[in-house]
Amino acid sequence: MAEAAVPHSAAAVVAPAVYEPSLFGTYSKKVGMWLFLLSDSLTFGALLYSYSYGRISVANWPTPFHSASIRNATIMTAFLLTSSLTMVLAVNAAALGKESSRRLYLLATMACGIGFILLHAKEWSNLIAEGLRLPIFANIPGQETAAEFVNVSKMVPQFASTFFTLTGMHMLHVTLGVVYLGVIALRRKFIPILLGFWLIAWLATPSYSPFHYGAHVLLIAAVVCSVILWLKPKVYDAADTEVAGLYWHFVDLVWMFIFPLVYLMSTKII
Amino acid sequence: MDPTQLALEEQVAEQQRHHKLMPFFWVWGALLLLTAIEVYLGYQNMEPKRMLSILMCLSIIKAALIIAYFMHMKYEASRMKLLTMCSLVFCLAMMMVFFPDAFRIIYLGVR
Repeated sequence: MAEAAVPHSAAAVVAPAVYEPSLFGTYSKKVGMWLFLLSDSLTFGALLYSYSYGRISVANWPTPFHSASIRNATIMTAFLLTSSLTMVLAVNAAALGKESSRRLYLLATMACGIGFILLHAKEWSNLIAEGLRLPIFANIPGQETAAEFVNVSKMVPQFASTFFTLTGMHMLHVTLGVVYLGVIALRRKFIPILLGFWLIAWLATPSYSPFHYGAHVLLIAAVVCSVILWLKPKVYDAADTEVAGLYWHFVDLVWMFIFPLVYLMSTKII
Repeated sequence: MDPTQLALEEQVAEQQRHHKLMPFFWVWGALLLLTAIEVYLGYQNMEPKRMLSILMCLSIIKAALIIAYFMHMKYEASRMKLLTMCSLVFCLAMMMVFFPDAFRIIYLGVR
């Protein structure tokens, strides 16, 4: 056995690294991202199912979304769908080696993503100002609860819980997606921009707003991105752009279920 | 990075260079149109169960378009398509086991 083992191990040392062909016909980074997205889709699946369960089983489920909210959410959907198109164009430009076009399309995708986040923040702020809130949110001084929300926190507490968890989780994904695309597009130059976003979000929001402390996500992201870019500086190529695109399209995909389920199923018809 | 991975990345990029862009614009238009139909349906005073079924069907069509075209699944190897999509659909379908309970709660006390 020992004699047989010697030539085998010697051959392993001398032979050049030859790997088996990929089982999925693609590179490992992309397979890794798909695996992450599959696991993430189960997280969103569980949240969407819990919201649907509440929507079906509770007869007096609130319908707080007036036409202004629906209009807002429709524009948000258009922003995300358009951002997916610009992301496809960025991936195509990266494959063709057009660096300036790739960066431009990535910035356009980020702009659509930021538009989505701002409109979503506006929607949240309006609902919180009207009295729909979670117990962990700070009290707004002198706030009066709107008539339609007076009994919601007592009779249907699961509405606020499921709504803010589901849409908050999605908003967090979009925010991290914008950061991801920023790093892919601008690399180290994006870090000061990200810190600027954090300062603006922190200083421009009142202390009782959930966005005041939620803004620190951007600070944590800036620290993590700085460490990654410092430890492993590299030029992001077509494959990196495609993998980032997969993540971005997934965020878009999840919204395609949240929009009808949360907003359209709870439309206030006057 | 090892040469196998670099060769695979170059192979995928080469495939993408031959993709025509027009289908992506058509898919984008179709997604916007389906969204408009969903918004229209949102204002129809339908029974929640029926409305949920119609909206979910439209959402599944939209999701399929995004996965197939925007996420390039249409152009992936059959093994990749089968393994990822079958496992995802199976796991999500398993979660539906809780839905009959949601309907049961509505009719509590009727019998």
